[in-house]
Amino acid sequence: MVKMNNSKKRKDEIAMREISMERVNQTRQEILDIIESPILTHEQKVANMAGKADSLMEVLDLPEGLDELLNVPGDVKCICDLAEGHAPVRPRYIIPDYFKFMKEGSKFLQLDPPKDLYEALNSLLIFYKHVPSVTNFPVYVGALDELLEPYINDVDEAQAKKLLKLFMQHIDRTVLDSFSHANIGPRATKAGRLLLEVERELEQAVPNLTMKYEEGVTPDDFALLAVDTALHSAKPSFANHKMFKSELGENYVIASCYNGLLLGGGSYTLCRLILGNIAKRAKNIQDFKENQLPYVMDIMARYMDARIKFEVEESGFFENNFLAKEGFIHRDRFTAMFGMVGMAECVNILLEKEGISGRYGKDDNATQLGVEIMEQIDAFNKQHTNPYCEATGGHFLLHAQVGIAEDQHISPGTRIPIGEEPEELIDHLLQCSKFHKYFPSGTGDIFPIDTTVHKNPEFVLDIVKGAFRKDLRYLSFYSSDSDVIRITGYLVKRSEIEKLKSGQNVLQDTTHLGLGAEINGHILERKVR
Amino acid sequence: MKALVNKIIPFSAVDGPGNRTSVFLQGCNMNCRYCHNPETRKVCIGCGDCIEACPAGALFWMKDGNSRKVGYDPAKCVFCDTCIHICTHDASPRIQEMTPQETFDKVARQIPFIRGVTVSGGECTLYPEFLTEFFQICRDNGLGTLIDSNGTLDFKQYPELLAVTDGVMLDIKAFDETEHKTVTGISNGLVMENCRYLASLGKLYEVRTVVVPGLFDAEETVRKTAAMLRPYQKIQPIRYKIIAFRPMGVRKEYAGYPVPDSNLLESLAGIAREEGIGKVVII
Ligand code: SF4
Ligand code: SF4
Repeated sequence: MVKMNNSKKRKDEIAMREISMERVNQTRQEILDIIESPILTHEQKVANMAGKADSLMEVLDLPEGLDELLNVPGDVKCICDLAEGHAPVRPRYIIPDYFKFMKEGSKFLQLDPPKDLYEALNSLLIFYKHVPSVTNFPVYVGALDELLEPYINDVDEAQAKKLLKLFMQHIDRTVLDSFSHANIGPRATKAGRLLLEVERELEQAVPNLTMKYEEGVTPDDFALLAVDTALHSAKPSFANHKMFKSELGENYVIASCYNGLLLGGGSYTLCRLILGNIAKRAKNIQDFKENQLPYVMDIMARYMDARIKFEVEESGFFENNFLAKEGFIHRDRFTAMFGMVGMAECVNILLEKEGISGRYGKDDNATQLGVEIMEQIDAFNKQHTNPYCEATGGHFLLHAQVGIAEDQHISPGTRIPIGEEPEELIDHLLQCSKFHKYFPSGTGDIFPIDTTVHKNPEFVLDIVKGAFRKDLRYLSFYSSDSDVIRITGYLVKRSEIEKLKSGQNVLQDTTHLGLGAEINGHILERKVR
Repeated sequence: MKALVNKIIPFSAVDGPGNRTSVFLQGCNMNCRYCHNPETRKVCIGCGDCIEACPAGALFWMKDGNSRKVGYDPAKCVFCDTCIHICTHDASPRIQEMTPQETFDKVARQIPFIRGVTVSGGECTLYPEFLTEFFQICRDNGLGTLIDSNGTLDFKQYPELLAVTDGVMLDIKAFDETEHKTVTGISNGLVMENCRYLASLGKLYEVRTVVVPGLFDAEETVRKTAAMLRPYQKIQPIRYKIIAFRPMGVRKEYAGYPVPDSNLLESLAGIAREEGIGKVVII
């Protein structure tokens, strides 16, 4: 029996509210359904059951009015906490400082600093199994090129490639969630090149991969190798290094879907405004701007404050977890992500209510209204402060959330709905360029590319260069005929979705999300460029 | 000075290196059997057939001095291509007369996403003065300039144009002159002269041959063209693009040729490489 030192003391401090027996029994039924599910793997069942247990907790100091915005059916829900649970046992996203680990090893894991490539890869694989997150898998696996570069010449190139291949395969088969993210770039390295070559050959969904790209810093041939890899395996995506650096400093990483966060920190929580449903509550544009949006933003911000307070002051995570104790993470490098989805629906609903013609993604007046709403969200966020977000000036970071499988008629972040994309890619990009700048903790757009581009990867690189000069933040491409495809922020294999559809179980939990998104989000119908 | 512009494609991945805006000019002086956009060949004669056929009311009569011509309203057009299919004169009513500056204004929107422009057709060198001025404006704005041509303009006579042109992508429809006449209706004497001349200036970016089994000897064309270019490769490497015939868009009477299989295309690529071409692209 494990002894829980703090449990007694905590019980006295925290008011744990009663819940009804009816709710307990309903949850027990849901747990039974999970146990009996034919399509969940054992690990997926355990994770889902833990979520159900947590859902019985009532320990957060919730703001008044939250319930009718959060715990209601999908078509009226205005705030969503993305299944983070009722008693957060750890921050949502954790970004360990792997450089420190490589330099110093870990006492808790009983590992000395690695001395060669074999040890480096082995140490990392061990470490990953001890990095928690909302999905129970690490959302960040490191700047693999820079982490491995010091060791890459320990063996000859063929062997190095073989080792990297096994390493990446190991991640794909044990980190069972494509929200896991590796980074590469901005400078060219041998390790980076080999990793790209390996990823091109493997065509795997995990880990997600981002190249930090800066014109003038990242050489063209390295970037072109990345494009070529992306046209084979839908990754890497490209992050505007210059932009992220200017906002978060050099020590930022891209984790989970495309989230800019601080190395050695992370994000306590991510909640999202469902803008379309907030627009439904409004009489007109004025009512939306003056009453409905401020009301919901205020409640969501205070809900996030409550979650953060519990994590920092009550959960004990930052006192007891080895990551914090050994300095792989620092409480004061964490922030929180103030998310939003459904800008397209929001703008369309509001214009309709006003009797003004115009569609989001097509018409300038719709874009303009979208920008005004973003300005308002940004201004709200800049005046709201949280004592535990000192890493980002005491404020949350805005985040254009990519959506979840259940979302119906809710477009990710500020994206143009699939099927309504402008005829010409240039118009699509110029529209995006109005919105990306608001989201230091992540946004992105995805473009399936016609297969003829395989012959001309410079085409994609030119678009990346132009886009980043035009203040776009993050771009993903995949070839219209590839097996690995990008759903919203994460990757799945079409072949695995097909398996799941036919009732077989599949290794990675994101395949379930991918199936939902294929059905509800029409992701296979994106306009091919 | 104006040119007849058939269309402008804002982003093109297939008209030269990187991302480029492609401008298609109207009118051509060859008659290639496999032409896949025959509606770019001639200039509208104003017969009016397409006006009635347009389902969207995008075409109409308009005054043209004392006479009348076909007007086109892009805002109404649904791009169904009915007008093109109905026209028996290898023309299109969706043509706009534009100055170099007006054309550039349509290109400017794509900056900085593109590295250059490519002008194609039809045969764009029917408008050498337009090209010269248009390219000058593009260059002034940091854009690269490529010409896609059938090689019937005597480039030697147009040094001002070449001075503002990065390179030419030249069609070699057939190496043998008689075969060239069969394919296009005219001799290739000037084409070959241009080919060597442009190569000697380092202004030949690419040669391309459309492979149509049964129409001409593609193997000979690829081999001899590549061999002819060998001495110039050190000035500026020249790519060979080998293009498979596809019946899409081709006039009915010529659409019956077989599509070459990938083995044939690969073997032609091999021949080009043997003859000293560094980069061969199959499309
Ligand atoms: S485009 Fe063709 S059909 Fe239409 S008026 Fe001109 S020549 Fe006649
Ligand atoms: S493509 Fe031609 S026929 Fe069709 S709507 Fe446009 S102008 Fe009319």
